[in-house]
Amino acid sequence: MRNRLKTLINPNIIIRIISLALAFTVVQVLISVNVINSYLQITLATICINIILAVSLNLITGFTGQFSLGHAGFMSIGAYTCAIITMRYGTLWSFILGVFLGALLAALVGFLVGLPTLRLQGDYLAIATLGMSEIIRVVFVNLDVITNGAAGLSDIPQFVNWIWLFVFTAGVVWVIANFLNSSHGRACISIREDEIASSAMGINTTRYKVMAFTFGAFCAGIAGAMYSSYFYVIKPDLFGFLKSIDILVIVVFGGLGSITGSVLAAVLLAIMSTFLQAFSEIRMILYAVLLVAIMIFRPQGLMGSKEITIGMFNKLGNMFSSKKEV
Amino acid sequence: MEQFMQQVVNGISLGSIYALIALGYTMVYGIIKLINFAHGDVYMFGAYIGYFCMTTLKLDVLPSLLIAMVCSTILGVAIEKIAYKPLRNATRIAVLITAIGVSLLIEYGTMFFMKAGVRTYPPMTGLMAQKFHIKGLVITMQQVLIVIITIILMVLLQFIVKKTRVGKAMRAVSLDRDAAELMGINVDTTISFTFAIGSALAGAAGILVGLYYNSINPLMGVMPGLKAFIAAVFGGIGIIPGAMVGGYVIGVVEVFVSGYLNSMYRDAIVFAILILILIVKPSGLFGRNVREKV
Repeated sequence: MRNRLKTLINPNIIIRIISLALAFTVVQVLISVNVINSYLQITLATICINIILAVSLNLITGFTGQFSLGHAGFMSIGAYTCAIITMRYGTLWSFILGVFLGALLAALVGFLVGLPTLRLQGDYLAIATLGMSEIIRVVFVNLDVITNGAAGLSDIPQFVNWIWLFVFTAGVVWVIANFLNSSHGRACISIREDEIASSAMGINTTRYKVMAFTFGAFCAGIAGAMYSSYFYVIKPDLFGFLKSIDILVIVVFGGLGSITGSVLAAVLLAIMSTFLQAFSEIRMILYAVLLVAIMIFRPQGLMGSKEITIGMFNKLGNMFSSKKEV
Repeated sequence: MEQFMQQVVNGISLGSIYALIALGYTMVYGIIKLINFAHGDVYMFGAYIGYFCMTTLKLDVLPSLLIAMVCSTILGVAIEKIAYKPLRNATRIAVLITAIGVSLLIEYGTMFFMKAGVRTYPPMTGLMAQKFHIKGLVITMQQVLIVIITIILMVLLQFIVKKTRVGKAMRAVSLDRDAAELMGINVDTTISFTFAIGSALAGAAGILVGLYYNSINPLMGVMPGLKAFIAAVFGGIGIIPGAMVGGYVIGVVEVFVSGYLNSMYRDAIVFAILILILIVKPSGLFGRNVREKV
């Protein structure tokens, strides 16, 4: 009991809570005094949704070492589920229900696809997940009655605001960070490092791969629900192969195996895309060159598997203060 | 029955194209264990070169085919030298991400220079426009051409792989790269040669598809590329006859689905086949189960 209390008042956690609260309040104040105008708020929402997507894909690809190309498919399941439920009932509770139901459905599909394909060695998962997201897209196009086909759904009630975005983004990042710091998370990382060795150490590799994959799909479902409820228009084409690539670029740029790297990359790339909005072809060429160049010259990405920690800031602070003394 | 036979004929023409692309996939995968995502774009490039030869240069079909194959070969080898060679010893995820990057670069590069719109091949004239009517079946000259050229290329490929020194080297490298290197085989050259052959076949497929469907666009390589990969997995990846059979099976299935069911489902069904193969027999039709060794 005392131990538990000790971990609860662990200074690291307190600093984390304080910094999160600070970030939340600063942005909230900036929104209320209209420094972050409605145009910038869209970028803000994109950043938050991309953070959820990137961190959850990083869990699958960066930490567990399984290459998935179907993240947009899971996202679309969350988006459609949440949209359909909120359009029918239109209350705040239905939105919350929609988010969790969407995430659960995405996780279920992830589980069903992951179970047979994750047993296999090699790159089959990449193609299987790509195929799965394509199948999901075709299903959504053809389920005219519920999903309105290729035209998609519009006039979805907008419940998501900065508060919800913040709660879910911070929540997902925190939970994934804690998961990675647990024995389950370490099992996942050991699979990335050497699958044969980790199974020799008694780790049920298939179980942990499926666990990480399902969990990642769950989070992608949440991100999809956020998307549909913020942008109130969704259609199947939004969640195609290119969306999965978008997420992958964030993860690779930030560093395979770095949560803070993914967050940083999501912010940087969202700002970059805002500037390049008018030139979508150039943006894709730039993304492509970025992918190849990073893989050839710095395969570990911006951050590698390092994290930005509070300790780093302390060190930085010490460096500056010691300089002053000299 | 007539309709059935007609679907089979159409399926075989489409299947030939998938088989040609799948051969490149399967050879490259067999030799460096990489899903070469850019392969579908080499095919697109071949189609554009063919278009250029036949409209701007006003060349005949066969010279255009040869030029398209040569240009695709150059592109394929360039991709291998620039993007994949520095990553010979990198992790597989790194190489796969690079492959996706190269693929996007070619697609959007083409879109930037050639504009996104659809381009149409010149209409066929003379001998090429002929149609054969056999017992109610309609077979176009393009379909005949596709099948004949595919068969010629496949025989040629079999000859190269089975009878020549380079073919022997390719087989050796795909069996065991380190041992092959110890035996004095130049692995880098062999890998480049594999890319060259695969790309030439893809370029041929590109111009044939342009003749067959008449329209080409910068993103035309994405779907056929993935389907050809599925064909390769179906036949057992790394096995050359497997890729041919897989290509024809996928082509026929796709034509039947769009003929008898709903053409909207044709892509979904092909991917469903993939997931089914991975569940039932991941090593493919002709593949043997290989145990993972430490």
